[in-house]
Amino acid sequence: MSGIIGKKVGMTSIYDVNGKNLACTVIEAGPCIVTQVRNAQADGYDAIQLSFGEKKEKNTSGGMKGHFKKAGTTPKAKVIEFRNFRVEFEGQVDLGKTITVDQVFKENDYVDAIGTSKGKGFQGVVKRHGFAGVGEATHGQHNRLRAPGSIGACSFPSRVFKGMRMAGRMGNDRVKVLNLRVMKVMPEKNLILVSGTVPGANNSYVILEK
Amino acid sequence: MNEIIKQLEEASNEIRAKFPNFQAGDTVNVHVKISEGNKERIQQYQGTVIQRRHPNTNGETFTVRKVSSGISVERIFPILAPSLDKIEVVRKGKVRRARLYYMRTRKGKAARIKEKI
Repeated sequence: MSGIIGKKVGMTSIYDVNGKNLACTVIEAGPCIVTQVRNAQADGYDAIQLSFGEKKEKNTSGGMKGHFKKAGTTPKAKVIEFRNFRVEFEGQVDLGKTITVDQVFKENDYVDAIGTSKGKGFQGVVKRHGFAGVGEATHGQHNRLRAPGSIGACSFPSRVFKGMRMAGRMGNDRVKVLNLRVMKVMPEKNLILVSGTVPGANNSYVILEK
Repeated sequence: MNEIIKQLEEASNEIRAKFPNFQAGDTVNVHVKISEGNKERIQQYQGTVIQRRHPNTNGETFTVRKVSSGISVERIFPILAPSLDKIEVVRKGKVRRARLYYMRTRKGKAARIKEKI
């Protein structure tokens, strides 16, 4: 699996060849620095570690400072490991190498996007789990319109089952969106346009995988 | 809007430059490409522009209102749509609003717009 780390810029819309208007997400992807190379003999599996995004030296721990120094780069904010990356890019991937978006993706590829969804705060079951609510505002209903209803049976089992869907914190989760089509790759600006939406707020980190 | 997205959307200015300048209150004749099977023909739609939304973005649209045999029709066109062939400005209108929603409640003589000379 190869991929790249990026930052969500925002959304726009473009027309494809069939004249269809498509909503697209713009992602500033890379350039990423290879900060570690893992191989089967030493580590038991093949992988490379990519780093992206600037970070202040004073906010970097001593261990990580050394780690970035080894790769000959400045401290980076986001560090992600991609398994079996080097298989597809034999010879190109060494410690300290720069990987740009056009080396990984091309137009009409299908990619997966991973991001952290926007936090929604404490939400009820209707918004959080898609419960239907009561459905009728009349016939004696009073302040129960968005209530969850019964959460269990009677004296047996006389407890609430684990994992029962209830109100609580919503969003701010790691979310993966599958099979987004790459509409455009602009290596001179390090930008990539994918069709559809990508989880997270603008300026949040996004991992693109293929 | 974000600077990067602004730059990206500047590419669409070329398409926008093909069309004449028009604004709310103007009467326009819109030539729309319609494909039937594998044939393509052009249909004309003439009416008053009652609004232009999201100007200078890729999502820019304009709404054209007309009264066709007593039934009012409003059609929304994305300005970047490949199906748009041509826009002709038939008449410039003099209006004091950017969005002429009040036209929806007017009929007959009251629904006229003064010409801008």
